[in-house]
Amino acid sequence: MSSVTQETSTARRPVYGLIAEFDNTGDLMRAAEKVRDAGYIWWDCCTPFPVHGLDKAMGVKRTILPVLVFGAGATGTAAAFALQTFTNSFSFSTWALVKVTGYPYLISGKPMMSLPAFIPVIFEVTVLFSALSCVGLMFLFNGLPRLYHPLLQNNRFRRATNDRFFVVIEARDPKFLRGTTEAFLRTLGASAVEAVED
Amino acid sequence: MSTLPVSNTHAVDIVDNTVEMPGTRAPLVLNLETFAEVTTTVCRVAESRRAPMAWYVAFGLSLSLLGFLGFCVSYLIFTGVGVWGLNNPVMWAFDITNFVFWVGIGHAGTLISAILFLFRQKWRTGINRFAEAMTIFAVICAGLFPGIHVGRVWFAYWLFPIPNQMDMWPQFRSPLLWDVFAVSTYFTVSLVFWYTGMVPDLATLRDRAKGKLQQFAYGLFAIGWRGSNRHWHRYERAYLILAALSTPLVLSVHSVVSFDFATSQLPGWHTTIFPPYFVAGAIFSGFAMVLTLAVPARELFGLKDLITLRHLDNMNKVILATGCMVGYAYAMEFFVAWYSGAAFEKFAFVNRAFGQYWWAYWIMVSCNVITPQLFWFKKMRTSIPMMFILSIVVNVGMWFERFVIIVTSLANDFLPSSWDQFTPTWVDIGTMLGAFGLFFTLFLLFCRFLPMIAMAEVKAIMPAADPHQKKDHAHAHAHAHDHGHGHGGAH
Repeated sequence: MSSVTQETSTARRPVYGLIAEFDNTGDLMRAAEKVRDAGYIWWDCCTPFPVHGLDKAMGVKRTILPVLVFGAGATGTAAAFALQTFTNSFSFSTWALVKVTGYPYLISGKPMMSLPAFIPVIFEVTVLFSALSCVGLMFLFNGLPRLYHPLLQNNRFRRATNDRFFVVIEARDPKFLRGTTEAFLRTLGASAVEAVED
Repeated sequence: MSTLPVSNTHAVDIVDNTVEMPGTRAPLVLNLETFAEVTTTVCRVAESRRAPMAWYVAFGLSLSLLGFLGFCVSYLIFTGVGVWGLNNPVMWAFDITNFVFWVGIGHAGTLISAILFLFRQKWRTGINRFAEAMTIFAVICAGLFPGIHVGRVWFAYWLFPIPNQMDMWPQFRSPLLWDVFAVSTYFTVSLVFWYTGMVPDLATLRDRAKGKLQQFAYGLFAIGWRGSNRHWHRYERAYLILAALSTPLVLSVHSVVSFDFATSQLPGWHTTIFPPYFVAGAIFSGFAMVLTLAVPARELFGLKDLITLRHLDNMNKVILATGCMVGYAYAMEFFVAWYSGAAFEKFAFVNRAFGQYWWAYWIMVSCNVITPQLFWFKKMRTSIPMMFILSIVVNVGMWFERFVIIVTSLANDFLPSSWDQFTPTWVDIGTMLGAFGLFFTLFLLFCRFLPMIAMAEVKAIMPAADPHQKKDHAHAHAHAHDHGHGHGGAH
């Protein structure tokens, strides 16, 4: 089962970590549970699609992204309200990168502070702020964009975006010992275990 | 049924997935059993060195139309809006008709990707990617028209609240300004949604790319995605939030477009039914355009196993439902016009059906209300030629709906002395056709170079994706899967 295709004795370059390849989600899930229980910290599963239940098997903590997005949305609401009331309801000047002055418009006898008429723009700006911050923070927290990564140099790993499932244990993990970790990964039923150069 | 997708390699496995079997879920992917087969089927399109001949023909045609659009728009800008057939009462005609038409089409993509996502409609995964692409290209076409119809296009930036030496600001109590915010937000959010969904698939293309240029380009846009589950966790959260944000957004956009009319006091425009009526019409036309594109695309690029007859059948059901809503709105407009007792309102509607633009009105009714009724019959919903023709009929009907709403109301308003008739010039018609050139050019480029189907999402709904299935994954099969406890995977 375990076909190990790595240079065995002394690696010329430092090792980034070990990858174990699985060909179905069930095996990956069981392996993930064991790696989690073995107490590794710097490890991951790489899959071509989000696998249902893997978060729990890996013990991934719930992200705080939604809370931050709510904050960004609320900022959008406030910003849109401020923008509209400042530009259309008041005539004072202030400094926002450049000097800007409000220009109160009297439109068909509506009050200067006509909140109902400001709601559509408030809504749109709220959505805009939330959506952009949602995607921006998601990629930021994921450490992306990152155009170089040791894993992406590995030929076997190319199938992680196609049809194979990988468990990756990084060398920086305190429990990482090249030989022991490799032997441990082989017990998990991986179809291949391989070292990845840094 | 002759139209069933039959794959060459698995000729034995013919499944009619439009049949409802109690207790089981119909398979959404036919004939392709492994994840690798899905990858190959989708990537083949972008990886093949030559596209099908039909692609080159269509691309040449679209590019010519796009060139003509460039000519018409330059002529308009250098000469002035007088080159269009607009006149004093009819100050909006083809320009705004095209704007509303394209914005409407743009609604299907987000509906499929966001609303159907929240409703856990797994069949959306087969069609969401190119429906989203279609949305973006349609909104680009839509954005063109308000931009050029303002007359002095070099002042188009006045639409945005940019500090300037004149201390002038946009008028935020105007629905036209709400429109600027609604459409630009919609475009931005749709683009972000589309791109975010595409990142894992771009990574697939990157990892399979052979040429240096492909490796660089796909690598750049895949921004280093490596399928890490810690990434997927945040990614799925973000996707869910985006869907939840896009759902009210998509409903707001056409509502705001309808406010452009509804908040005015013109008979025929001044009605409260407009927002829901416009949204239903937008979804109606958008789904029709998705079908118009999906039917040839799945034939041409060999995607019949992923965009199955069931997907098309479902879309036809949506078209039927929204077509009925639109028909109801037409009837209700007449009822309210009569019930209001307002003479001008009554006149506006009788004039629509029997006045100088009667032909446009009846084209609208027959295309949008009468012909879609054929979709009550399953034979019609599952007939490829029939649905292709009907989707084009609906597109035509929805274009005329906007024309009828805009032009008939303006041409015959309160004072007969100010009435006039609108006749399009060649520039009007050229710009309208040219916008189709822009749309199809972008769409064809998308089909050729980007993953047309959301591979990662399709894989996640395949029976083989379920970690709790039986160990004999080699035979992971649409039917072999135990559907009883079916949670086939996360989205």
